[in-house]
Amino acid sequence: MKSFEELTNDLAPRKFGLYGKLWIGFLVVIILAAVYAYYLQATKGLEITGMRDYALWGIYISNFVFFVAISLVGSLVTAILRLSGVKWATPLTRISEIIAVAAIIMGGLTIIIDMGRPERIYNLFLHGRLQSPIVWDVIVISTYLVISLLLLYFPLLPDLQILRRKFKDNKKLSKWYGKFSLNWDGNYYQRSIYKWSIRTLSVLIIPVAFGIHTVTAWLFATTYRPGWDSSNFGPYFIAGAFVAGAGGVISLMYVLRRTHNLKDYITDFHFDKMGKLLVLLCLIYLYFNVNEYLVPAYKTTEKEAAHLNALFFGEEALLFWTVIIGGLILPVIFLLFKRMRKPFPLFIIGLVVVIGAWWKRFIIVTPTLLHPFLPIQGVPESWHHYRPTHLEWLITWGTLAGAMLIVTLLVRYVPIIPIHETAEENNIIEPRNTDNNEK
Amino acid sequence: MSENKDKNDSRRDFISKGLKLGLLTAIGGAAVAKSLESEEMVELMDTDGNLIQVPVTKIEEHSSLKGDDYNPREGFPNKKFVMVIDLARCKNAKQCIKSCNKNHFVTGDNAWIKVYKMQDNEESSPYWMPNLCQHCDKPACVKVCPVDATFKRRDGIVLIDNERCIGCRFCMAACPYSVRVFNWSEPEQGEMTEVTMTMEHGDQMDHNAGYTPDYAGFPSVRGTVDKCDFCPHMIDQKLLPHCVSACPNGVYFFGDLYEDTVTNGDETFQLSKLLKDNAGYRLMEDLGTAPSVYYLPPKDRQVDFEDGLKNYTEFESVEKTKES
Repeated sequence: MKSFEELTNDLAPRKFGLYGKLWIGFLVVIILAAVYAYYLQATKGLEITGMRDYALWGIYISNFVFFVAISLVGSLVTAILRLSGVKWATPLTRISEIIAVAAIIMGGLTIIIDMGRPERIYNLFLHGRLQSPIVWDVIVISTYLVISLLLLYFPLLPDLQILRRKFKDNKKLSKWYGKFSLNWDGNYYQRSIYKWSIRTLSVLIIPVAFGIHTVTAWLFATTYRPGWDSSNFGPYFIAGAFVAGAGGVISLMYVLRRTHNLKDYITDFHFDKMGKLLVLLCLIYLYFNVNEYLVPAYKTTEKEAAHLNALFFGEEALLFWTVIIGGLILPVIFLLFKRMRKPFPLFIIGLVVVIGAWWKRFIIVTPTLLHPFLPIQGVPESWHHYRPTHLEWLITWGTLAGAMLIVTLLVRYVPIIPIHETAEENNIIEPRNTDNNEK
Repeated sequence: MSENKDKNDSRRDFISKGLKLGLLTAIGGAAVAKSLESEEMVELMDTDGNLIQVPVTKIEEHSSLKGDDYNPREGFPNKKFVMVIDLARCKNAKQCIKSCNKNHFVTGDNAWIKVYKMQDNEESSPYWMPNLCQHCDKPACVKVCPVDATFKRRDGIVLIDNERCIGCRFCMAACPYSVRVFNWSEPEQGEMTEVTMTMEHGDQMDHNAGYTPDYAGFPSVRGTVDKCDFCPHMIDQKLLPHCVSACPNGVYFFGDLYEDTVTNGDETFQLSKLLKDNAGYRLMEDLGTAPSVYYLPPKDRQVDFEDGLKNYTEFESVEKTKES
């Protein structure tokens, strides 16, 4: 059993090494390039993208759906697992909350990037109409962002106080930790508010998380279009979101375990558990996929048939089957073997699942748009297909890099593993009154 | 519900005030005037086709269809515009597209009207089908618009306020008729065009002056959605929409549901009879969008389908001008 000091030494955030700095530089370069690409888009219009009147939504929107999806993991790990008393998930709560916050911020930004007149966004508040699913999305996403931030922040309070004491030699840093810890001293009153708030937030975030992704699904399902016109869409999206989120957490926990030397805290046991959880989530998602594709395929109404043919055998078939088989079926099969649930193989599988999840959103968004009710005639040949442009990709990469930068910066300043909770769960007593020189 | 109530209200209004003269001469051709000796009475036809006597003094002359308290979001009072497209007459002459493009200064690659080459199944014969905004009574586009930029007026017209549109394109995704077009780039309607537009239509055309969404889509604005506007600027001048008057084959009929008449400029029909006699239908009735555009099936063709093939351009609906 480690002492409290060892614990804080292990878990306290640390300065970036060379690789950390290179990584940040890499992200910043991508983001700057994306900002330039967006500048071009802002001045020239969305013509710089591959979108046109038929493929009227493209990778911006599928990227947005991806961000919303992966952000749901915050509610899965921190709320659902926490409330159901799953103790092993404690070291993963902060990782998932960090992913949730980063993803939902970039998701909100991505939807603005997709707008033709982003400078008029204030119209949503001046003239917003409640019957529009976009307005629902704005409401639930901002609510989710607030709750996620709080759910990241509240459990941090004792940790920030611990860090204030730990970094007392670094006056400036220590002062900021002290400020953000809101004078936490762990008295009975504070602890009861703290426990109560976290519990309340954990309960609150579940319906809101279901809300954001159900509403995001409804952006599509409230239209008439074959491929979107489905009452299955809400649960289908949520099931897919948990797959993406679990993949994200697995990938990130592997990376952080390496960079921060956390082998004692994120153990093979955690990977094994997460691997099993991923299997369960993939199976649920596959079940919804079967419903989503097989029922219309059985009926093959004319319009559905055109869309499904493109997915199963046509233009999108390669992508479609790669995602379904590579991103869902194979991971399930591999993960049945214990050897594959070891950290490194699981990391690779997690990464594949996340990439598959990204492309799955692409498959949901654009192919449908290219199979409208009336024939596509009288528009340039290129409008029959959707090929994202380089600039469009660059901007999309910029948003992904932005999310990773938020994660990286948070990891720099907050403990990845909750120190206070870990100490409590392992009955490690914090030596009191090591310093009381402040105030 | 409220739709019906509006309709009834405006109908009652219509009759109680006495039928107003000065309706569109082309549209409202049903009025028959006849003077009497003592208190001068006029014989007019009401919406059910009955002749009624109305004192002349009760009749007001209206110079403009707009009325005194005209609101571009409410539309022309006591009107409900409808269109009938007779597929038996269409041979893809494409004059409608040309005229629409020219008069709305459509500069993109996607015209507001397109004529589709259709064939419902292998056994039935192919036909040409003009497609434009259906001005639905239950418009999916209006339902999903987050900022009320696209709206439905009492006179049936669906318009877009391109000063308010945020360019999210949800309306385009929602529209099952694929009639909405987006200004992906700066619409190059040209400076001269702007001058022409302001000269022809006044300040309403100027985004910096008295712009109203009445003139939907022109001048077009980058990053916003455009579509067929049913030509309220023509209606206001008591003229027919451009596509109707441009069609050499009399395919398009335009009119007022309350008056139950439609005309293509040459011929005028009683709308209800025309639809009954020809089994008129609306596109995708099953979706419940309740369009204002009716189609007459392509039977007893007056034109040869093959004639249209020479005009058919699969990949173009807006002719590119050769100016620099």
